[in-house]
Amino acid sequence: MFETIVFYVFAAILLFAAARVITARNPVHAALFLVLAFFTAAAIWLLLRAEFLAIALVLVYVGAVMVLFLFVVMMLDINLDRLREGFWHHLPLGLAVAVVMLAETVFVLGGRYFGLATLPAPGDPGTAYNNTKEIGRVVYTDYIYPFELSAVLLLVAIIAAISLTLRRRTDTKAQNPAQQVAVKRQDRVRLVSMPAEKEE
Amino acid sequence: MADDSLPLMFPAYAEIFLFVMALVVLMTDVFVAERRRWITYVLAQTALLGSAVLTVGIAKTLGGVTGFTFGNMFVCDLMASVLKLAAYIAVSACLVYSRRYLEERGLLTGEYFALTLFALLGMMVMISANHLLSLYLGLELLSLSLYALIAMNRDSSASTEAAMKYFVLGALASGLLLYGMSMIYGATGTLELTELASRISRGGPPPLVLIFGLVFLVAGLAFKIGVVPFHMWIPDVYHGAPNAMTIFIGSAPKISAFAMAMRLLVDGLLALAIDWQQMLIILAVLSLAVGNLAAIAQTNIKRMLAYSTIAHMGFMLLALLSGVINRNLLSAGEAYGAAMFYVVVYVLTVLGAFGVVLLLSRAGFEADNLSDFKGLNQRNPWYALVMLVVMFSLAGIPPTVGFYAKLAVLQSVLAAGHVWLAVVAVIFSLIGAFYYLRVVKLMYFDVPEDSSPIEPAIDMSVLLSANGLAVLFLGIAPQPLMALCLHAIEQSYGFR
Repeated sequence: MFETIVFYVFAAILLFAAARVITARNPVHAALFLVLAFFTAAAIWLLLRAEFLAIALVLVYVGAVMVLFLFVVMMLDINLDRLREGFWHHLPLGLAVAVVMLAETVFVLGGRYFGLATLPAPGDPGTAYNNTKEIGRVVYTDYIYPFELSAVLLLVAIIAAISLTLRRRTDTKAQNPAQQVAVKRQDRVRLVSMPAEKEE
Repeated sequence: MADDSLPLMFPAYAEIFLFVMALVVLMTDVFVAERRRWITYVLAQTALLGSAVLTVGIAKTLGGVTGFTFGNMFVCDLMASVLKLAAYIAVSACLVYSRRYLEERGLLTGEYFALTLFALLGMMVMISANHLLSLYLGLELLSLSLYALIAMNRDSSASTEAAMKYFVLGALASGLLLYGMSMIYGATGTLELTELASRISRGGPPPLVLIFGLVFLVAGLAFKIGVVPFHMWIPDVYHGAPNAMTIFIGSAPKISAFAMAMRLLVDGLLALAIDWQQMLIILAVLSLAVGNLAAIAQTNIKRMLAYSTIAHMGFMLLALLSGVINRNLLSAGEAYGAAMFYVVVYVLTVLGAFGVVLLLSRAGFEADNLSDFKGLNQRNPWYALVMLVVMFSLAGIPPTVGFYAKLAVLQSVLAAGHVWLAVVAVIFSLIGAFYYLRVVKLMYFDVPEDSSPIEPAIDMSVLLSANGLAVLFLGIAPQPLMALCLHAIEQSYGFR
């Protein structure tokens, strides 16, 4: 009973936050509402006893992705009025298409095939059940191949990011402190011996 | 559930070797001076040669038995081995053709070789996938490497724009694919393709959900293959990317796209063939029409070849959709074999076409306009002849190999009873012949606008000549390659 109440509270917060993400006028507010949405989703996952995934969601999405997102939003000067131009003009058509697509999806995916009758909730695994351990065991055995492939994928992402951003520019005036410290007197001072001139 | 024993590595030796060599290339390049770049180049070619030797060795050792490993996520059958060999040859040719072009533009870096090898690794993973997860990861590995390769020429805004377009549309396509996969998983409870096939044929999962997932899968697949109406990225990406990257995107990934279609539709969802064949008919007819008609209007040869790719992939789909006739698989081997032959031949031919474009490019000059081909015969009759053979093959004129590829596809289409489809395909191929022959006309009957000498490096001139001759000789004697493709399909799938 208590669990159900907690679920509905979190679900309500999640829906509210998700709705505010797309309705907030200020992009920074939208990003912050997205953080809230992720956080509540993580709480709901905790209710499902997926504590590892919940913490991963908070660490990865809230901790890393959203911070990056906020940085980008703050750095780019997004002109919202330009983005919203034509919103009301295109709304009827967009809404009609969306409603049709939603109706079709609901028709196919409604409770008939994915309801509780066909996919019953898993039973109580007991207190000894450890979600983190189970995921770890499967990831390093049955799913070792996709796991290693994801590692290769991340490596490619690193190579791509570095090769696209690292460029040796020759026209910068950057200083090299190591060279400055190691400089010798001979490099800077040149003694010029000039023949003495006679005074007229 | 969890199996703690070490998985059998043997069927995946080629992938493991290529991965290690990609890392070796990456690290070696750090310590190699700019003027000794050839070391990296030789290492990359060695990696391809070593993988080819390993692939042949594995195929010989398995001796016709399909090898599964990594908890059935990886499959090594004869089709996989043949397609991998074709991919090595294509990538190796790309490296030879693009070396000078990249050198002149300062793009011949270690990252280029490493990313190319990683892209190839992604293709191999796709070719050998027996699990939706490994298929998807292979696809992402390939796509991510390609995005980076296209954007590598950072001083060109066209390249950056092409990479951005490809990235956004590629991400959208991946999303469609993943949504389809999740639907299939929801309906069947498995991601493993062979298991999926047996669960569907046992008739458990609700057909409506499966078809709903199938629609998204086919849409994602069509994006990756590049057929109408999911083709919009192809002309822009081909045009915007540097020539050396265009030849790479335009060749080897087509082989992996074919493998992906086979794995998804034939390995996994053959029981739904009635449904996906109808979808492929629409895609194929639209691609033939849009590809061939739009190519006529192009003045840029890369854009023209991009639209030609769309038309050719539509043609390949014609064979894929003729496999299952009234729920029987009597001619499935021939149809899928014809599709495989078509895609291998197409890649060989298009390598020659882009090879000539790269041959004519030089520092500060891209040679990507049709007018740059004017009077090529007067400038260099031999390369004009190579281009002529390649263009004839793309148009499907005998005795080049493109004719036999088209013939084999049309035979399987007729065997499936789609006479009207064969008629449409022939009509659009005739229309398509116009723009291929226009290139020939420009080369032989027009006065050259540009008289700079054509002096390719020795390896490039040898390989380009061999490429042109291969297109011609495979046309005169198509039987060995055709037999290999048919044998590969029949042995891998046990048709007949």
